[in-house]
Amino acid sequence: MIIADKEITVEDIRKMLNEVVDPEIPVVTIADLGILRDVRKEEDKFIVILTPTYSGCPATDMISLSVHKKLRDNGIKNFHVVTQLSPAWTTEWMTEEGKAKLKRFGIAPPVGSSATEVLEKKHPRCPHCHSTDTVLVTAFGTTACKALFKCNDCREPFEYFKCH
Amino acid sequence: MEDTNIYEYTLMLADSSLIMGQRLSEWTGHGPILEFDIAITNIALDEIGQARLLYQFAAELKNKQEPGSKATEDTIAFLRDAWDFKNLQISELPNGDWGQSVLKIFFLAHWQRQMYGKLIYSPIKNLSDVAEKALKEVTYHVRWSSDWVRRLGDGTEESRGRMQKALEYLWPYTQEFFEPEGYEWDGIFENAGEDFFENMKIEWNKEVSLVLTEASLTLPESHTYMRKGGKKGLHTEHLGHLLAEMQFLQRAYPGCEW
Repeated sequence: MIIADKEITVEDIRKMLNEVVDPEIPVVTIADLGILRDVRKEEDKFIVILTPTYSGCPATDMISLSVHKKLRDNGIKNFHVVTQLSPAWTTEWMTEEGKAKLKRFGIAPPVGSSATEVLEKKHPRCPHCHSTDTVLVTAFGTTACKALFKCNDCREPFEYFKCH
Repeated sequence: MEDTNIYEYTLMLADSSLIMGQRLSEWTGHGPILEFDIAITNIALDEIGQARLLYQFAAELKNKQEPGSKATEDTIAFLRDAWDFKNLQISELPNGDWGQSVLKIFFLAHWQRQMYGKLIYSPIKNLSDVAEKALKEVTYHVRWSSDWVRRLGDGTEESRGRMQKALEYLWPYTQEFFEPEGYEWDGIFENAGEDFFENMKIEWNKEVSLVLTEASLTLPESHTYMRKGGKKGLHTEHLGHLLAEMQFLQRAYPGCEW
């Protein structure tokens, strides 16, 4: 989609970026996850602010590339993507819609706040059978942002998106 | 001068993370069971991620100081020799068995939590930004490794024996954690008083002793010979071998990208 003959607004850019998804969890967008912090216009240039989730997350470079590609494909040339570390990304920035999408995808969304999270004491709702009789298997899952749990009711393992 | 101090301090943090990350990544595919393998390599990934952020800042400082030096995070990580590395010696030590590896993480993560916990108030924004992010990650490392130390220390006779042995091997390397080098003072911390490092050390000692006691492990005698020097580039024989492997590609094929 190339928007021609029209003044491009910040809102237009946001709409375009709403199509950029997380490469590892492709059901959620970078806006859902709170990685897309801001879009603003400085003079005639669009500034896109991204905040990485984990320092070593391999998706970070990929996300920045996807943003570049999305904007270029839409004919936007005058933009700058800034990676901002502070304030540090937190799961509290995740949208309710994002959490619902995660759950439908089979990943239990974060519960509570990162400051007080002790995974051993958590019982996130099983995304398969909704039971809360769940137990931690390991604090680190298949990606940096997740932990592995299992459900004592339906006996299925599942991933939990850690508070951060 | 001030910038040189910040540069060297940043390298000390970054090198400790990178070398630890590189060492732990040797566990990839070799963990006792799949879940533990994934956990320890996740920690390795966090360490390498933190190192990258710090090296990016170090490269910026280097290029400002020596215009034309064309430093990048990669040149700093891959083109320096062992004596240029300022990592804590504990990070370069061999992994040993699972118990020794988790105890290494346990000591280092507690040190990082103290350090980053102070650094979030640093007037140097690049450092405080990284610290804010890293603090969340190392908090998970602290919990995970503490859990393992308790489990193995307070486990079977075999696991307790191995943990005690690992403790005696690693303990001498913890002394240098809170002995500041010259570059660790100037302007890096907010309100660093005279007993700044001493207080961090007391805090660290309190935290690790608590877990070690719960794990029914015994701290080595206080007269044990303590190792130091990593922060100024003095290393064990293990670092050179690690670098030979880690840096091979960039040394053999300079500028190679994938």
